Amino acid sequence: MPNPTIDRIEKEIKSHKVVLFVKGTPQAPMCGFSAATMELFKELGIAFHSVDILTNSDIRATLPEYSHWPTFPQIFIDGKLVGGCDIVHEMRDSGELQKLLNG
Amino acid sequence: MMTPVEVEQLIRTAMPGSQVEVSDSRGTGDHFEILVVSKDFAGKTLLEQHRMVFAVLEKEMDDRIHAVQLKTRVPG
Repeated sequence: MPNPTIDRIEKEIKSHKVVLFVKGTPQAPMCGFSAATMELFKELGIAFHSVDILTNSDIRATLPEYSHWPTFPQIFIDGKLVGGCDIVHEMRDSGELQKLLNG
Repeated sequence: MMTPVEVEQLIRTAMPGSQVEVSDSRGTGDHFEILVVSKDFAGKTLLEQHRMVFAVLEKEMDDRIHAVQLKTRVPG
């Protein structure tokens, strides 16, 4: 069965180099972890595309199963899941994130 | 709601030999800061390491746990 939500998710993650599935928007984040994640990319000066899962309940319900990742935010780079808030912070501190973004 | 000890025991049981530290970061029994140090993580990416811990907590994260801040380490 084709699933239109999965088509939408795949379209989103292919639409930009960095895609963040978060609660809220960059202007009005609705969760501390989502806020911290968007702040991290802003501080690095990296453009990102964000998708608010609070206003896209179909994506919220489907993405964890699709990505095999249970929580939000979820960070995709080059169409691949990198992880959540803790992982991108750790990768920023180790320099791995910057390497991935420049690759 | 869960206690940090319950969370710790779940992880220790599923990952024998691991060192686990859990704190209830808001005092509400549903937000936990978790550190897991395990040799089972060796050779795995951070993504894979976190997935291993999430798999242990899968049922609880559907229901009793709202948020997890996770750190994973290989011993040594």
